[in-house]
Amino acid sequence: MISANLSAIFYLISGVLFILALRGLSSPETSRQGNLFGIIGMIIAITVTFLSVGNFSHGFVYIFIFLLLGGAVGAFIAFKIPMTAMPELVAGFHSLVGLAAVFVAISAFINPAAFNLGTPGEIKLASLIEMSIGAAVGAITFSGSVIAFLKLQGIMSGAPITFKGQHLLNASILVSIVVLTYFLCATQSSNLFWVLIAVSFLIGFLLIIPIGGADMPVVISMLNSYSGWAAAGIGFTLENTALIITGALVGSSGAILSYIMCKGMNRSFFNVILGGFGATEQSSQKQGKEQRPVKSGNADDAAFLMKNASSVIIVPGYGMAVAQAQHALREMVDTLKKNDIKVSYAIHPVAGRMPGHMNVLLAEANVPYDEVFELEEINNDFANADVAFVIGANDVTNPVAKTDPQSPIYGMPVLDVEKCKSVLFVKRSLSPGYAGIDNDLFYKENTLMLFADAKKMTEDITKNL
Amino acid sequence: MEIDPFIFRLSIFILSIFVGYYVVWSVTPSLHTPLMSVTNAISSVIIVGAIIAALATNVESIFTSSSIFGYLAITLAAINIFGGFLVTQRMLAMYKKKKKDK
Repeated sequence: MISANLSAIFYLISGVLFILALRGLSSPETSRQGNLFGIIGMIIAITVTFLSVGNFSHGFVYIFIFLLLGGAVGAFIAFKIPMTAMPELVAGFHSLVGLAAVFVAISAFINPAAFNLGTPGEIKLASLIEMSIGAAVGAITFSGSVIAFLKLQGIMSGAPITFKGQHLLNASILVSIVVLTYFLCATQSSNLFWVLIAVSFLIGFLLIIPIGGADMPVVISMLNSYSGWAAAGIGFTLENTALIITGALVGSSGAILSYIMCKGMNRSFFNVILGGFGATEQSSQKQGKEQRPVKSGNADDAAFLMKNASSVIIVPGYGMAVAQAQHALREMVDTLKKNDIKVSYAIHPVAGRMPGHMNVLLAEANVPYDEVFELEEINNDFANADVAFVIGANDVTNPVAKTDPQSPIYGMPVLDVEKCKSVLFVKRSLSPGYAGIDNDLFYKENTLMLFADAKKMTEDITKNL
Repeated sequence: MEIDPFIFRLSIFILSIFVGYYVVWSVTPSLHTPLMSVTNAISSVIIVGAIIAALATNVESIFTSSSIFGYLAITLAAINIFGGFLVTQRMLAMYKKKKKDK
């Protein structure tokens, strides 16, 4: 058994190691070392907890069994999961953190003495408030992440689910959570505690169902943030520095990512959260100009254009992930490079279903990260490039965002793909993207549409090169 | 008058938010997915609470209503810890620099 002060110091050390773990991610070279710091921090925190409880009875053996059981499941998932499924995986993991927070809060409520928080029915006021916050936020994280997971996995439709009075219902549930917490503190009633948790599960579910598939980057980041705040709430209850530091880090990390994602779409956070974007209003407006001529071509034409280019910029999007085309793309690029063609990749901040989604897929296909550029870094290069190869992206290339103030995506930062000498657009049909609007790029003089599955088309082009 | 220890924890919390703010802004956008998976893993440090809950029993009964929730939370957090760190490691191993021209 070690003293409370000594264990507090060790918790502080593990908190600092977690900060270094995030710091490492500032560049790919230091990132692996950062991850190692994170692992060491976790080992320290767990070991110190064992030592500070100091109760090496039979319970200890069971803990190991459950720890290894969970660990084996986690390791199995980590090795088996395909990189394209990363958004689902992260959403799934968030739900587990949320649920774990709820469970810890419940057991602290049932047996407060174990945590030095008082006795059942007479829990210290501050602890009870912290516990309620941890449990409520944890429950919201859990059910919200489950919905996000189902939508990403395709088990549930990615379309927004909206109904009349939705916002009013959500608002009144949120108010009721505050009221319940107040009465819980006044009465210490365990019934109210259970109701609080149940209502929080419900609101997590209701908050995420109106949000559509392409807004998932914001949702996942937001849930990431929530899982942090839940951990911090529990950290205050347990008076544990490691947990408080981590909760704050994760909370602010998720909040920043949500902000970056919203900015990438030029939408306010509330606009995304209130949901239903592009579902109804816009689809009717644009019917007048359906029959515009498009130029379409085949793999042969595309190969010809690229062979005669000196620089090509590739714009990947969610469609590439769906078609699993990243490896085929990389092979095409290898062939281009052999012909001394300069190739770079342009990534829009909201391409894909989670922050950095495209980067991971390209990294998986062995694309060196110094060929991959963010929007601000590469946007001026389109004017000098010969060919832009758009594969699975749509709304993020739409020039309407710059020209038409009436458009719902007006003001959104877009890649200046139309400035290229020619644009190759791989897409299965002319159907509009997530925002429900037509892409002007399809009808430009210098655009050649390649109607096919992204992977198949890329492979065909490679053959023709 | 003595300062309530809560104030110290609050100070740590607020300062950590600021640390997090600056550290996360310095994360390169191409590593945002590993950032999410690693934050996922470290937020599972909530397992310390689960361990305390599970061990807080007397000799006669290992499984009480409160310790069962502790064991459940340990399992969930362990999935996250192992899964989160390993999948991050797997992703980071893929980020390679351009090879020197042959």
